[in-house]
Amino acid sequence: MLRAIPFGWLLAFVAVPCLLLLVIAFAALAEGVPPFAWGSLSLEALITLTEDGFYLAAFLRSLRVAFITAALCLALAFPMALALARAPARWQPVLVLAVLLPFWTGFLLRMAAWVGLLRDQGWLNGVLLALGVIEEPLPLLYSSGAMLLGMVHAYLPFAVLPLYATLLRLDRGLEEAAADLGAGRFTVFRTITLPLAAPGAAAAFLLVFIPAAGEYVVPEMLGPPEAQLVGRAVWGAFFQDRDWPLACLLAVLLLAVLVLPIRLFQRLETRP
Amino acid sequence: MSRLMLALGLGFLWLPILLLVGYAFSASAIPFQWGGFSLRWFAALAADERLLEAAWLSLRIALGAATLATLLGGLVGWVLARQRAFRGRALFGALAGAPLVLPEVVTGLSLLLTFVALQGLLGWPTERGATTVLLAHATLGAAYAAVVVQSRLSQLDRGLEEAAADLGASPAQVFRTITLPQIAPALAAAWLLAFTLSLDDVVVASFVSGPAGTTLPMLLFSRLRLGLTPEINALGAAILALAALALGLAAAMLHRHSSHSGRDRGKAG
Repeated sequence: MLRAIPFGWLLAFVAVPCLLLLVIAFAALAEGVPPFAWGSLSLEALITLTEDGFYLAAFLRSLRVAFITAALCLALAFPMALALARAPARWQPVLVLAVLLPFWTGFLLRMAAWVGLLRDQGWLNGVLLALGVIEEPLPLLYSSGAMLLGMVHAYLPFAVLPLYATLLRLDRGLEEAAADLGAGRFTVFRTITLPLAAPGAAAAFLLVFIPAAGEYVVPEMLGPPEAQLVGRAVWGAFFQDRDWPLACLLAVLLLAVLVLPIRLFQRLETRP
Repeated sequence: MSRLMLALGLGFLWLPILLLVGYAFSASAIPFQWGGFSLRWFAALAADERLLEAAWLSLRIALGAATLATLLGGLVGWVLARQRAFRGRALFGALAGAPLVLPEVVTGLSLLLTFVALQGLLGWPTERGATTVLLAHATLGAAYAAVVVQSRLSQLDRGLEEAAADLGASPAQVFRTITLPQIAPALAAAWLLAFTLSLDDVVVASFVSGPAGTTLPMLLFSRLRLGLTPEINALGAAILALAALALGLAAAMLHRHSSHSGRDRGKAG
C-alpha cells in the first residue's frame, strides 16, 4: 500500500509523460486545441526534421555548447573544490555556503545581472570607457562568449559540489606517503590526487553536460539570435509554430542523444 | 594556487549578484548606472500589483509543491532504501531518478501532454494554471527529495528500530519515535530544496501553465524580453535579503536543535 502511492504517481507523472512524447511525435497535426489528432499516425514531423538541416545543426551545436560549458566548469571547479576540501574545517561550511548561496538569488535574476553588465550601455562597457581602455562600447551581449559565461555561471556550483565530496573522502595519507617516498608536489597530484578524484570529476562533468544540452533560458537571454540550440528549437516549435508533434520528436531525440551520458552518470552515482 | 582559484571562482559567482543588489539603491532610471542613493525602485516594486500578485501565486505554489514533494519523495526514498526486492523495482528506481536527469524542456513538454490527455479522458484538470504547475513542481521536487531521504535512511542504525520493536513497539510507534526524529533534518532539507526549485523554475511552468497562472519567474522572463529595468535590481535585492533571512533562521533553529539534543545526550549518559 505504501508502495502503491509513489509507484502510481511515478507511473502517471513520469512514465506516461515520456510515452506520450513518443506517441505525439508521430501524430498528425490538426486544427484546434490541442493542435494534433489523438490516435493518428503521421511521419510529418520526422520528414520536417530530416529535410531541414537546421535541426541537425541545432543538435550538433547544443552538444558542442554543452561540452564546452562542462569542460570550463570542470576546469574552474577542480581547483575550487580542492581548496574547499583543504580549507580549515571550521571555514568549510561558510565557504560551501558561499558557493551555494548564489543559487538562492534566483536563476533569472542572475542572468538579468549579466545582461546589465554586458550590454552596450552596460556596466562593463561603462567602466572600460571611463578608464579609457576603449573608445566605443564593445558588443559583448548576444554573443557566444556571453552565452558561455552565463552557462558557466549557472552550472558552476553543480560541478563544485560532487568534486568537493569526492576530494573530502580522499585519503590524505596516500599523498603523504607519496611525498615521503620522494614524489614532488606535481607528481603527487598527477599520480595520486587526480586518479582518485577521476570518478568525482566525471560525475561533475556529466552533471553539467546533461542539463546544459537542453538549456533554453541562457541562450535566449545572452546568446546570439542565430545560435539555434535544441532547447530553443523545442520551445520555438511548441510556442511559436504550434507544431506539437515536431516539438515532441525533438524532445525524444534529445533524450536519445542523452541516454548514454545519463546511463554513465547513474553508474557513477550508484558506485559503492 | 587552488586557493587563488577559489577566490576567483567565488568572485565570479558573486560579482553580478553584488552589482545587481548595489545598483538597486541607485536613483538612475538606467539599470547599473549610479545616480545617487535612492529607494525609489523599492517603492516602485511595492506598488507593482501584477508583480506582487505573481509573487504571491509563486509562493503558494511553492509551499504546496514542496510539501507534496516531501511526502511523495519521502515515500519513494523509503521504498528505495528499505524494500530490496519487489516486482518492478528496477522500473521504480529508473522512474524515481528520471526527473533528475531529464532536460527542463522535455519535462515541461511531456507533463503538458499528460495534463492535456487527462483533461480529454477525465475532464480534469479543467484548466491549466496553478494546479498543473503545482503538480509538475511536486513531481520534480519529489525526485530530489527521494535522493535526500534515501541517503539518510540508508545511513541509519537499524539496530535502534529493531530494539524498539523487540521491546514491544508497534511499527507505527517505531516509525514515530525512532525513525522520524532521525530523518527529520533530511525531510526539512528536502522540503527546502523542492521549495527553491519551484520558486526558481520558468521553463516547466511556462509549458504546463495557462493564461490564468503566471508565476513570478514567468512574469519576470516576459518582462526581461522587453528590457531591463531598475525594478529588477530592487527585486534581486529583496529576494537576496529574504534568502539570507531564511538561512539565518534555519541556522539558528539547527543550532538550537543541536544544543538541545546535546543536553539530552548528556542527561542520558
